Amino acid sequence: MGDQLNALTTIFTEFYYWVTIVIMFLIHVGFCTYEVGVSRRRNHLKTLMKNAMAIPLVTVTFFFFGWWIYFAFPNGPGIMGGLIPAPFAEAWNPLMGPHLSGVNPTETGVTPADALIWHRLNGVFWGAFLLFSITTASIVSGSIIERARSGAFWIIAVLLGSVLWILDAAWGWHPQGWMVKLWGYHDAYASGVVHAIAGGAALAFLIVLGPRIGKFRADGTPRDLPPHNTWLVCIGLFLIYTGFWGFYAACNIPLISPATIAGQITGDTWTATNIYLAPTTLSAITFNFLMALSGGMMGGYLISKGDPFWTFSCGLCGVIAASAGNDLYHPIQAMLIGAIVPAICYKLHYYVERRFKIDDAVGAVAVHGYGGFLGVVVAGFMLWGQPSSPYEGFAHINPLGNFAGACLMFLLGFIPTLIACKIMNGMGLLRVPAKVELEGVDFAINQAFEASVREVGTAEKAMIK
Amino acid sequence: MSTNGMTSWAVDLKDVGAIYPFQGWEVVLVILGFAFWIGWHIVQTRQENAEIAADMKADRSGDETRSAIDRYY
Repeated sequence: MGDQLNALTTIFTEFYYWVTIVIMFLIHVGFCTYEVGVSRRRNHLKTLMKNAMAIPLVTVTFFFFGWWIYFAFPNGPGIMGGLIPAPFAEAWNPLMGPHLSGVNPTETGVTPADALIWHRLNGVFWGAFLLFSITTASIVSGSIIERARSGAFWIIAVLLGSVLWILDAAWGWHPQGWMVKLWGYHDAYASGVVHAIAGGAALAFLIVLGPRIGKFRADGTPRDLPPHNTWLVCIGLFLIYTGFWGFYAACNIPLISPATIAGQITGDTWTATNIYLAPTTLSAITFNFLMALSGGMMGGYLISKGDPFWTFSCGLCGVIAASAGNDLYHPIQAMLIGAIVPAICYKLHYYVERRFKIDDAVGAVAVHGYGGFLGVVVAGFMLWGQPSSPYEGFAHINPLGNFAGACLMFLLGFIPTLIACKIMNGMGLLRVPAKVELEGVDFAINQAFEASVREVGTAEKAMIK
Repeated sequence: MSTNGMTSWAVDLKDVGAIYPFQGWEVVLVILGFAFWIGWHIVQTRQENAEIAADMKADRSGDETRSAIDRYY
């Protein structure tokens, strides 16, 4: 009976994560829709492809080394110990492919214990984390539209999606991560580990890249470059909201027994947990996701005076701001955090644009970077003194730990991206030439399209009797 | 000190109730939430009044309106 219950739990967990992956794909439909809506017509197709190709590039690299980083690096390494062996996550391990619960005599690198746990879970866990990875990379994409070279973005997408974010996840989003153990870092739904790091990376990219031609007047004041299709932009954000449900569900373990957690929890009550294996419920995140979203949209509507782009963006920012503590907040707390933080981020976006001449085409640095950063900081105060983990000896959640964690997340995105962008800029690989930017990056595609239209039209007209 | 009263997960989950911070302040939270909701309607109405007033002052000749109608906007 016990074996059957364990098997059922494993298969339920496998199916649960598989569903979250499908739902999370909508985030990327949303990102593509949103970016194309913001870009001008002469840049549509390259904008679409720039974002879309992050999906396969991050996927293959996350298979090769990203997944392994998550399990190998929780100690730093060098902060609490060395690299942790994680053979089941190595790209050449038989468990990184179709596998059942046994071990063939010829298999190397697979223990019976690993096979029992990972044969059904490795692919779906990998897939769920991969979708977080692609999301992290995609966040940068929208900021840099209409002048960044696609190839430069794709290098940053791999760096961010398959190295940097998963490194910070190993540190601060793993049950044994050193930030959780030593700092009491708490970031249940990834305000910092996904959004702040991506915002930091986007800001670094924008600093090196520079603004779009025409963005700033001769006196340095910014011009508005309105989205070519605001309706499409809002639909894109709506799709991101929808995909975000999968993101939230995938941050939980759906069903686990106290014995399996092997921490301090006593009794026999099975539970869902957050990523740190601390108890939570799907009801908690349903309450808080919707209330934070609502707070963000209501606050965003007022601060932007009903601007559709910013109302939707602030809704997203509201969720991001509350995400660090949405396993534990009261729904009204989530709503108020979701209302206040996006209003601050909205103001910061325009301040930074005016003061530092940063041309963030979609406001990603504000929505994800500042929103994620502030969300982690707020959680440190709101959840002060609570246990960060079900295991003994971990630091409790505290403001200093979360503030330091938020800084680390932002800088882990900012500094490596700044260096990589400066190198690419020095090699002439970061930005398209001004002539190409003015023509539009789709110029050749559009010329070919018009030539085809003319030729087909001429041929068809010749057949009219 | 802990904002939800828990300092450890060394408990039997069947004995644990609410886990959100600042328990006992629910009524205050609801009042704050209510104030936010009512305040939202007040501010939104003012903003919309100002927007409509600006629209009323615009396009006195009606040319832009006729143009929009012609373009089926």
